[in-house]
Amino acid sequence: MTDTPLLKVSGVSKFYGSRIGCKDVNFELWPGEVLAIVGESGSGKTTLLNCLSTRLMPTAGSVEYRMRDGNFRDLYHMSEAERRFLMRTDWGFVHQNPADGLRMTVSAGANVGERLMAVGDRHYGKIRETATDWLGRVEISADRIDDQPRAFSGGMRQRLQIARNLVTGPRLVFMDEPTGGLDVSVQARLLDLVRGLVNDLGLAAIVVTHDLAVARLLSHRMIVMKDGHVIEHGLTDRVLDDPREPYTQLLVSSILQV
Amino acid sequence: MSADLATYNFAYLDEQTKRMIRRAILKAIAIPGYQVPFASREMPMPYGWGTGGVQVTASIIGPDDVLKVIDQGADDTTNAVSIRAFFQKVADVAVTTHTKDATIIQTRHRIPEQKLTEGQVLVYQVPIPEPLRFLEPRETETRKMHALEEYGLMHVKLYEDIAINGRISKTYAYPVKVDGRYVMDPSPTPKFDNPKMHMSDALQLFGAGREKRIYAVPPHTEVVSLDFEDYPFEIQTFEQDCALCGAHGVYLDEVVLDDKGGRMFVCSDTDHCEDRREHGHVGAMLAQDSVKGQEAAE
Repeated sequence: MTDTPLLKVSGVSKFYGSRIGCKDVNFELWPGEVLAIVGESGSGKTTLLNCLSTRLMPTAGSVEYRMRDGNFRDLYHMSEAERRFLMRTDWGFVHQNPADGLRMTVSAGANVGERLMAVGDRHYGKIRETATDWLGRVEISADRIDDQPRAFSGGMRQRLQIARNLVTGPRLVFMDEPTGGLDVSVQARLLDLVRGLVNDLGLAAIVVTHDLAVARLLSHRMIVMKDGHVIEHGLTDRVLDDPREPYTQLLVSSILQV
Repeated sequence: MSADLATYNFAYLDEQTKRMIRRAILKAIAIPGYQVPFASREMPMPYGWGTGGVQVTASIIGPDDVLKVIDQGADDTTNAVSIRAFFQKVADVAVTTHTKDATIIQTRHRIPEQKLTEGQVLVYQVPIPEPLRFLEPRETETRKMHALEEYGLMHVKLYEDIAINGRISKTYAYPVKVDGRYVMDPSPTPKFDNPKMHMSDALQLFGAGREKRIYAVPPHTEVVSLDFEDYPFEIQTFEQDCALCGAHGVYLDEVVLDDKGGRMFVCSDTDHCEDRREHGHVGAMLAQDSVKGQEAAE
């Protein structure tokens, strides 16, 4: 880790009319760090994620990102073309529902290759080679490269979505409930895979989840949200083992024990 | 005509409408390949019969123009005959089937074999102007993609073609990039005709009536068909020559002759074929017929 953050979030608020989506969120994210945002449904986790990833315009506050040239840019003062370019090269976004992040009617290979073609790759053989390599890294066998994601299971789709996002070597990945809707054994495998990839590639990631086990396994630090406010913020192990806020204590004690 | 019949303005459309369409055309020429929205009118023919092309033609035609109309390369099919008759009636202009004599050529699905020259205008009838439409159904999104030059998706389609069929299997409406900027649908012409659009001496106008869009390729503009480095763009090739005029290297139509597998390949461009025959070129099938005819006479 370096001593300059990758992302600086200051005073981000989002109001839906008079209702609060999220209010006055401040944090910094360093390269290679995984941050989990946890909280119950409706606590503003996804609103915050969307505000950070430029999918939603915040009402107030600023989000600054350190570009590859080392300069910080305020995401909401960039042109739309620059933002979209950033989103498909230096960033990734993994949706809870893979159908939202994949093109369901084109083959797995084309799904992985799309970002490469979007940045100007024009050699079919090389694109296919890269796609095959990435399918291998997310444990999808190479003979499924020409199958459409419609023919894939939920876990495979989610892994394909991850490959599609990581193919351009992003530095920051947003994940919205990446294991939602998957059964526990598939969840475990996916978490294992994501943890491996994040370590290997030195990715920074912001993971939204309501599952504290996911936060425990993936993240270094976590933010606990309630009613749009950040109520606790700290190292994952500290927050989970020694929760300070009453709400966090309630959340931690609500984990089902088998 | 008796005075109680409603009379049409010259070339059917009223002058305000023509003015509006001419403005759209000028804008389209100024931004090659960009789809300009226009207030498309109801025309006395169904959508899909060339209402866009007819409106463009009606707006640019003058009393001194000579009009040629082609449908799938032919001058004598229903669409071509009726549009030609329409302009004879409403604009009283001279019409022709000869490519070289025409000043305005309205076309559906083909570009004439004979090289177009400076001063000629080729008007295309376009069913779906948006090249990204079947990849991205949202108009708001495709407009944004054009604005930000995000054309990766177009190559995803070509990638899929190669992955499934081993080659780029798109044979018509093959996407092109105009003047290094906008990706454009050249209307459902065979990809055989794509190279003719590149650096053409003639002005090319595209009208889509139902979709209410006009776009253009000005003369001497670069038109490049999209492809991959290792799967370059190729046009169709034919093993046979035209059965009637013996032409080689032209676009041929297959005509089924009987139910025993008999077939012939003839020029899709009827004017080109007739012109060659007038100049004494004879294809394989025509030669056979004339031999038979002589035998019968003897």
